[in-house]
Amino acid sequence: MGTFSIVYFALLIAATAAAAYFKNRTALLLLFTLLIVSFLSGLLGGTNVLVGFTIAAGLLAAAAGVSYSFKEALIAILPPEGAKLMRTAPLTAAFGLLVILTYIVAAIFAPVIAPFGEAEVIGGAFAPPDDQMLLGGDQLGRDLFSRLIYGARNTVGVAIVTTALAFLIGTVAGLVAATMGGWVDQLLGRIVDILLAIPQLIFALLLLTIFGAGIIELTVVIAVLYSPLVFRLTRAVAGNIVVMDYIEAARLRGESTWYLVSREVLPNITAPLAAEFGLRFCFVFLAISALSFLGLGIQPPTADWGSMVRETASLISFGLVTPLIPAAAIALLTVAVNFVVDWMLYISSGLKE
Amino acid sequence: MSGLAGLIVKRLGLGLLTLLIISIIIFIAMEALPGDTAQQILGQAATEENLAALREELGLNQPLPVRYLAWLTDALRGDFGISVANQREVAEQLGPRFGNTLFLAAFAAIIAVPLAITLGVLAALFRNSIYDRVSNALALVSISSPEFFLGYILVLFFAVQNQFFPPIASVTPGMDFWARVEMTFLPALTMSLVVMAYMMRMTRAAIINLLASPYIEMARLKGVPQRRVITRHALPNALAPIINVVALNLAYLITGVVLVEVVFVYPGVGQLLVDSVSKQDGPVVQACCLIFAATFILFNLIADVGSIVTNPRLRHPK
Repeated sequence: MGTFSIVYFALLIAATAAAAYFKNRTALLLLFTLLIVSFLSGLLGGTNVLVGFTIAAGLLAAAAGVSYSFKEALIAILPPEGAKLMRTAPLTAAFGLLVILTYIVAAIFAPVIAPFGEAEVIGGAFAPPDDQMLLGGDQLGRDLFSRLIYGARNTVGVAIVTTALAFLIGTVAGLVAATMGGWVDQLLGRIVDILLAIPQLIFALLLLTIFGAGIIELTVVIAVLYSPLVFRLTRAVAGNIVVMDYIEAARLRGESTWYLVSREVLPNITAPLAAEFGLRFCFVFLAISALSFLGLGIQPPTADWGSMVRETASLISFGLVTPLIPAAAIALLTVAVNFVVDWMLYISSGLKE
Repeated sequence: MSGLAGLIVKRLGLGLLTLLIISIIIFIAMEALPGDTAQQILGQAATEENLAALREELGLNQPLPVRYLAWLTDALRGDFGISVANQREVAEQLGPRFGNTLFLAAFAAIIAVPLAITLGVLAALFRNSIYDRVSNALALVSISSPEFFLGYILVLFFAVQNQFFPPIASVTPGMDFWARVEMTFLPALTMSLVVMAYMMRMTRAAIINLLASPYIEMARLKGVPQRRVITRHALPNALAPIINVVALNLAYLITGVVLVEVVFVYPGVGQLLVDSVSKQDGPVVQACCLIFAATFILFNLIADVGSIVTNPRLRHPK
C-alpha cells in the first residue's frame, strides 16, 4: 500500500465524516458508496484503480466547474430573456451546450485548427505521439489529431444533413397524413409499420449492399430508415392540433391546405419537433458511426470517427488508448445532445402544467 | 378464454403477414443487385452459352413471382441457396453461427435482465434520490456510447491491462461450455451494458407510472405499510410493463449483436452479414436479414402477447 492509497483513503474518510457531521445525507451516501467501492476495487485492482477514480473525479469536477462558468458567462452575455432561461438551466444542460459549441467551432474552423490536412501523410505508420503529432499517426502515418478535428466536420456534418433529410420526409408525410386523413393516412401508416418491423441497422446493411457504400447513398438510406419515427410523432401531435376549433375556422374561411399546414399547424408543433430533432440526431449519428465502423459508411480518405476507430483498432492490444479517442468523441457529443434535449423536454413539459 | 386465444391468433397472423411482406422486400432488394447470380458465379470471362446454361439450371429464367415462391419454400425448408463468394451452402455456414449468436444474446440477457429490473425498480422507489440521479446519468452515458466504444474500453481494462479475459472471442465448435462462457464474457458484458441502460430506464418509467395510479394512493391512505404497498399492490401489476420492456429489449439485443460481434471477432451471424455486405454476396445477405427480421418480429410479438395476457383490460376489449 503506497503513500497514494493512504492519502486517498484518508481524504475520502475525512470527507465522509464531514458530510456526516454537517448532516448532508446526499453527500454522505455518495461518499460512503465511493469509499466502499474504492476499497473493494482497490483490493482487486491495486493502486491503479484508485488513481483512475481520482482522475475521473477530477475530470468530473473540472467539467462541472467549466460548465458553471460557461453558464454564468452566458447569463451575463445573453439578452434578458435568454439569461432568464439560462438561469434555470441545470448544469448538465450548460455542459451539453458547451460541448456542442466546441464541436461546432472545431467543425467550422477545422482547416485553421488542424495542423495538417486530413489525408496528408506526415510520419511513419502508427508513429507514437510527439510534439508534431499530438496523438500520433494512424496506419498510413496521417496525423490523428488533425483527422479528429476534420472528423467533427465530416461525421457530424453528414449526421446533421441526414437528420434534416429524415425530418423533411417524416414531417411532410406526417403533416399530409394528419391533414388529409382517410386512405392517405392509412396507407402511410401501414408503410411505416412495415419499415419499423425490420431492425434499422439490418435494413441499412441490406440497402447498402444494393446501392453500394458512399456518402450520398448512406445519407439517403439512413434518412429514409429513420423518418418513420418522425412521421409517427408529427402525425400524433399534428393530429391533436388539426381537430382544434381554430383550424375548423380557417377551413371555413376557405384557406388552402398549404396555409393550414404552414401557418396554423407547424407553429404549434415546433417545440416537440425540436426536441425530437435532437433525439433523432443522436440515433442517426450513432447509426452512421456504426456503419462507418463496419467499413460501409463514410469512405476513406475522408476523416471520420467511426472508420478511425476501425483503422486503429489493432493498437488496443498494445494497451494504447488511440482507438478510444474518436469513439469517445462520438460518445461525448451524443451525451451532450441528450443533456440539452432532456432540458428542452423539461422546459416544454413544465410550461404545459 | 376463446377471446384471448382469438386475440393471440390474430397477432400471430399479423406477425406472419409482416414477415411475408419483409421477405418480399428482401427478395426484390436482392434482385436489384447489379448483375445476376449466374454472372457473379461464373465471373466476367463467362461465355453466353455457359451463362444461359447456368441460368437455366438455377431457374433464373422464370418470372419474378415464380422465383420468389421457389426461394421462399426453399428458405422455409432451411435451404437458403448457395453463397456467391465461396460456392458453399448458405445454410451450412449459417447454422453454427446462428447457434453462436443465440448463445451470446442469451448470455447477455441472463446478465442484463435481472440486474436491469432490480436497478430500475430501485430507481423508481428511490426516485429523485442521489442513487436515482447517478444511475440515470450512467444509463444516459451508456445509451449514448456506441457499442464499439464500450467494447474497446472493456477490452483495454479487462483483457490488455489486466489479463482476466481473452480480447477476442474466437470460439470453435468443439469447445466445452465453461471455456465458451469465459471467452464470450466480454462481448456479453458489452451488450448487456447497452441493453441494461434501456431496460432500466423503461422499467423505472413503468413503475413510476404505476405508483402514481389512484389505487396505490388509496392503499397508502388507508394505512397499508410501504413495504406491503410495494409487494402486494404495485409489483403484481408491474409485471405487464416489465414483460413488455424485457421482450422489446431482447429484440434490440438480437440486432445490436452485429457491432459487438465485429469488435470481438466473434463467429456469429452479424459478422457474416457484415462480411457478405462488403462482398455483395446476395444469398447470404438475404438469409441473414431474414433471420434477423424474423427474430426481431418474434420478440415484438412476444411483447405484444405478453402485455395482452397480463393485462385483463386488454384481454376483454370493449
